[in-house]
Formats: sequence, structure tokens, C-alpha cells
Amino acid sequence: MAARKAAEKPNISGDELTLYYRQMLLIRRFEEKAGQLYGMGLIGGFCHLYIGQEAVVVGMEAAAKEGDKHITSYRDHGHMLVAGMDPKGVMAELTGREGGYSRGKGGSMHMFSLDKHFYGGHGIVGAQVPLGAGLAFADRYKGNDNVTFTYFGDGAANQGQVYEAYNMANLWNLPVVFVIENNQYAMGTSTKRSSKSPNLWERGAAYGIKGEMVDGMDVLAVKAAAEKAVAACRAGEGPYILEAMTYRYRGHSMSDPAKYRTREEVQKMREERDAIERVRELLITGGHASDDDLKAIDKEIKAVVNEAADFARESPEPALEELWTDIYA
Amino acid sequence: MPTEILMPALSPTMEEGTLAKWLVEEGDSVAAGDILAEIETDKATMEFEAVDEGTIGKILVEAGSEGVKVNTPIAVLLEEGESADDIETAAAKPEAGTADAGAEEAPKPQAERAAEAPAAAKAAQPAAYAPEPDWPEGTEMKSMTVREALREALAEEMRRDDAVFLMGEEVGEYEGAYKISQGLLDEFGARRVVDTPISEIGFTGLGVGAAWGGLRPVVEFMTFNFSMQAVDHIVNSAAKTLYMSGGQLPCPIVFRGPNGAAARVAAQHSQCYAAWYSHIPGLKVAMPYSASDAKGLLKSAIRDNNPVIFLENEILYGRSFEVPDIDDFTIPFGKARLWREGKDVTIVSFGIGMTYALEAADKLAEEGIEAEVLDLRTLRPMDTGAIIASVQKTNRLVTVEEGFPQNSVGNHITSVVMEQAFDWLDAPVINLCGKDVPMPYAANLEKLALVTTDEVVEAVKKVTYR
Repeated sequence: MAARKAAEKPNISGDELTLYYRQMLLIRRFEEKAGQLYGMGLIGGFCHLYIGQEAVVVGMEAAAKEGDKHITSYRDHGHMLVAGMDPKGVMAELTGREGGYSRGKGGSMHMFSLDKHFYGGHGIVGAQVPLGAGLAFADRYKGNDNVTFTYFGDGAANQGQVYEAYNMANLWNLPVVFVIENNQYAMGTSTKRSSKSPNLWERGAAYGIKGEMVDGMDVLAVKAAAEKAVAACRAGEGPYILEAMTYRYRGHSMSDPAKYRTREEVQKMREERDAIERVRELLITGGHASDDDLKAIDKEIKAVVNEAADFARESPEPALEELWTDIYA
Repeated sequence: MPTEILMPALSPTMEEGTLAKWLVEEGDSVAAGDILAEIETDKATMEFEAVDEGTIGKILVEAGSEGVKVNTPIAVLLEEGESADDIETAAAKPEAGTADAGAEEAPKPQAERAAEAPAAAKAAQPAAYAPEPDWPEGTEMKSMTVREALREALAEEMRRDDAVFLMGEEVGEYEGAYKISQGLLDEFGARRVVDTPISEIGFTGLGVGAAWGGLRPVVEFMTFNFSMQAVDHIVNSAAKTLYMSGGQLPCPIVFRGPNGAAARVAAQHSQCYAAWYSHIPGLKVAMPYSASDAKGLLKSAIRDNNPVIFLENEILYGRSFEVPDIDDFTIPFGKARLWREGKDVTIVSFGIGMTYALEAADKLAEEGIEAEVLDLRTLRPMDTGAIIASVQKTNRLVTVEEGFPQNSVGNHITSVVMEQAFDWLDAPVINLCGKDVPMPYAANLEKLALVTTDEVVEAVKKVTYR
């Protein structure tokens, strides 16, 4: 991807830009805090951070309405925050406490909120794709106009079940947007080393599914593509594939030393393509916000994240009886 | 107040590490995301990034230090307006790590709880096992095959609840590979009787998603052998999500189809999955023998809010049984059926194994041995109470199933009986199973591989010392 061009003036209100700025910044600060708590031993096991990819979920969800469903992989914290889940409940699940969304029984990779129509949080790579098609199947069966946002990575795109789901989704005209978050590395394997055909979205053509590639570091580009895709789904035109080209700044999980790429590669993305900086620039140059305004937002978000972290540390561990609950409905 | 930078845990198992190299010096200003240091963990060398912006006030642990414990302060970060003089006032004590667990006593595991009962039980006289009948005395009965019973159950539940739908390979236009769904497409249409492509993992995952979305899918596997393609969604998606979601997301779905050996279809199409699926917490497992149980249990399975594995048998599909002619007839899960009362030995079986158990009981009666025959009907939940009560009466136990012997359902039953009724046993328990070989094709070898009525008779004689 080329270096960022000078920001053009998009046809978008300051309020909207500010909303995306806030949402992306919340994800980044939340994830940085999660990384810090992991470092302190307060979060255990696997913890996959979304830093760098914020524009994808924020842009996508800008096209969602109440009732739409959301499902993703284990790199799920950002999706939950944008779905409107409480940062306190998410962080407390990361620390395995009673105040977490799953009362400490799911952890970072397995979190759900029926209220917010967020269906996980799935630890098996690619499993969420037929599951997402199934959520869409239920909506089509009921005859409403809800759309399911099904997110997965470039790594999951090589799982066979993705293509079984594609086939059925289009065969049965299911209202599902498949969002491939191509961050270019499946753990340590670059897409060049794992995928013969470089454009993952084009694989949908084999099943007659429309799709396109979008700059996943540009929240406005993602939003525009999402609106088009979601409109097609809502109009009953069946599934749609969006491949968002993005980049994760951190390792695959907290314990990944990331030796499969250079520090320069990561630095270059951060300096030239960062999605949050891009919106920040638009806010400033468009006269929508001053440096002080943005500082105030930063401060406010930092407070939200600190509050979440405090809650997640103070919330008690689940009662020991919880071991035996929620096995059967 | 200055912020302490602590030695991070950079892997799930790291307790200490080597601070290999500092990439910043005292006085440097840093932004969130800047790399501060390189740290060698038990797995690899990792870069350690700043979380907050500020100035490095002091480096507390020199580069090259080995064995630095996680959470040890390694540097101090100054915020805007602070100076190195403020460092002294910062609390030096690192944060406590994970909240201390282990001090409290964990709840006792199930086995331990169950084991508390029998010591007292031996002294008391056992309560006679007298289950409630499945239908009232005098109920009008009709003869019906297992196939017809399953079809009636499906049709009745689909009429009752629009959220119930059937999906699978050849369930619609072909009317089912084994004709279980005959006529259903005509009655309910393609919206509710959904022919799928040959994509087991795909349509199983899709079914689970549909169940989360508010429907009650019945997913047919043409045979349960093909469910191996989809076992990830059955176990990881369907069975575990209620727990992982803290009780938010139940998964009301039925996976059904023929299971176990049919006739001459060889190894890949002849396996019993009773032991496999009944291993999994979160799943329920039914394995009916008779037509009335097939009907009553399938209706209960469809109404259940949990994922249910419903194991049918191709050979039983065509067998006829008496079925009560009752509107909305259901059989609850977790209740064994007493087929035959006896005082000399208990034979426990389920599914097609009941064929051999009942035939053997007839033969044994001719020789004056009275066998009590219990049909478990559901393996999870399992009516262990009925087994224990019967063993306390007969003091001898033989289990019969078609699955492989290692880690069989019978092995589990034996363990329960050892824990809860050891003192009541007068002979070692025998677990009869299929042989420990892949199913052969040749007719004579296939016969040898399966459990037989004669083997049941022989086992009963062994435990009764006849």
C-alpha cells in the first residue's frame, strides 16, 4: 500500500468523523490497556489484540442497524466495543472475573451479548463463518431485514468450511456480509506463503457472490463499501464479500515475538497508514476539531478505559459454584 | 505521580525473563506503542512497547539482567510536568498479580459427591426399582415401525412450532435416504424441509447459528459416520457455548440419523458413536430401541433447549412395535425403561443392543435364569439410579452395546457401579461390546465383529456362575 496521500476533504460531517475517531481510539486504548494487564499477569492464556485494524470494524458497523447480528473470531475485543458492549464487562471477562460478560467462564476469545446481538468470540479458526451464515438463515426464515456481519481473517479464508458456507449462503440467498479482515499474516504465515490466489474476495466468484476489496486503513472507505454491501443484503440480493486490507501492529497473540516481519514494515504502516491518525488529520484540517478538542477526547477515553481496568481488577473471581452452572439450559 | 513500568508477562507460562536490551535511555520521551526494551521469555525474544506517553525517568533494571520476575518495576515513566525528583514518592511496591486462588476449597467433583452415598446405602434395604409407566394402563396401542414413529414425531413437532425445521442431505425431494422424512416436503414446503449440499461441517455450523438465531433445527446426518466431518461444530460450537457465554446462549438443536452397523457396509459406515458423544458435557444423547421411545424421545429432543445427539439405527427402522395412541406423547430424558423384571442378573443395554439383551433373556428364562433387562434410552443424562437399584437386587451386571470396547458406555456404567454399589456385587461386571476391530466387509467376519445373543447368554452364565 502506498504512503497516505494528503487528506482530501470528504463529504462527511464533523460529528460523524468524531464518532469514528472516538470508537477507534477507544479500541486502541482498550487494547493497549489489555496488553498492559496481560503483562501484569491479570489476563491469562491467549489474548489477541486488534491494534491497527480499528478502521475495519468501525467502518463496517457504521452501516449496521439495530437487530443486525455480529460474529467474529478470537480477535474480538474491538467488535464488542463497537457493538456497544460495556468496556467494563469486556475487560472483566479478560481478567476472568464475575463482572465479565461470561462471568469469567469464556475469556478473551469467547464472549457474547444477546442484548447487543453479538454472537462471539470463536476460538476455532473459520468456525464463525457457517455459524454467521446460520444466524442469517434464521433471519431470512423469519422474514425480517436483519443482516449478519461475519468477520474472519486471511488465515480463516483457507478453511474449507468457509466455502461450504459461501455456497449455501448464495444458494439460499442469505443476508450475510462476509468481511475478510486481511491483516496479511495468519499468525506467522504471510498470505503470500499461504494463498495461491492473492485476492481472497475473488474466491466468492466461484459461488456467484459479489464482492470487492477495500482499504481497511481508511474508515470512510470501509463505511462506503459496507453501506453498499449491507444495502444489497437487506434488499434480498443475498450475501456479499468485503476484503478489507489492514494490518495488525502487535503480534498474533501476546506471546508472539513477530520475527516473521521486520520492525521497519510495522513502523512504516504505523507512520504512514494509521487509521486513527488519518481521521485525526481530517478533523483538524476540516476545521471540525482543535488540538485541544482531541486532547479532551483522548482524556475522556483514557478515563473510560482506566475505569474498565479498575473494574476488571476489583470484580471478584466467579463463585466456585459457577464451575457447575450453565452446562445445560 | 510517576508510573512504574513493570516487567511484563509475555506468554501464558512466563514467570520471569531476561531484560536483554533497553532501546530507550533515561530522559527519552516515549509515545504509546514505542518499543522500550527487548525481553527474552521462555519462548522467544519479544519487544516490549510503551502503553503510556511520557519521559523515561529512571531505568531500574539494567540490560542483561536475568531472572527478572514478572511485575518487578523495571523503569519509571514521568508524565508531563513531573521530574526525576518525584520518583522517590512513587509507590515502589509492584501490583499484586492474579488474585490468589487455591486458598479456598473447591467444590467437590461429581464423582466424589456420588461416592458419599453408598457406605450408608449398604446397611439399608434397597428401595425396589419401580419406575412410573410411560403411559397409563389401558391406553389404546397401535403397531408402528420405528421409521413411522420418527416421521410422526417430526411432523407433529413441525406442526406444533414454526421454528422447527429439518435440514440435511436428501431430506426433501428424495424424501430421506432412509425415508424418515417421507411426505414432509409436501406438507411443510421447502422453507422448512431444506435439502443441503454435501457439506457436513458447513450445514452443521449453519444449523448451530440458526439455533442461536431463534430457530429449532433438526439436522439429519445421512449416517452418523459423516458427523465426523462436523464434529467440531457439534462439540466446540453447539455443546460449549452456553457455558462459555455464562448462560446467555442456549443451542436448541437436534442432530439425528442412523448410527452403528447396518449390514455389509464395512468399516467407514459401521461405527457406533454413543460413547464418543456421551463423553461431552453440554450434549444430551438419546439412543432409542423401540418405536414408542423413538417417537417420545424425538419429540422431547426437539423441545429441549440443549443440543441433542439422537442416535437411530438402520436395522431398527423397519421393526414394528406397539406405540400408545396418545396425542402429544413424549418420553422424558434420563429415565431408563424396565423391559423385563428378573432377580438373577441385570442386563443393561440401549439401541440395537436391546435386541440381543431381550433375546438372551428369553433363552436364559428357558434355563431358569431370570434376567432383569434395562433399556437406558438416553445416555446423557443417564439413569444410573435405575442401574444401581437393579444391581442391588440382582447383584450381577452385564452391559451390552455395539460400540468398540475401549472407553465404552459399559466401561462408564461399570465405574459408576463400582463407586456406588461395589458391596452389592457378587461377580465382576462384564461389558459386552463390538470387537476391537474396524468393521470387516465379509459376511462371516462382520458377524464375528458384532455382539451376539449367544455372547450375552454366555456372559450372564459367567456372572451367575452357572
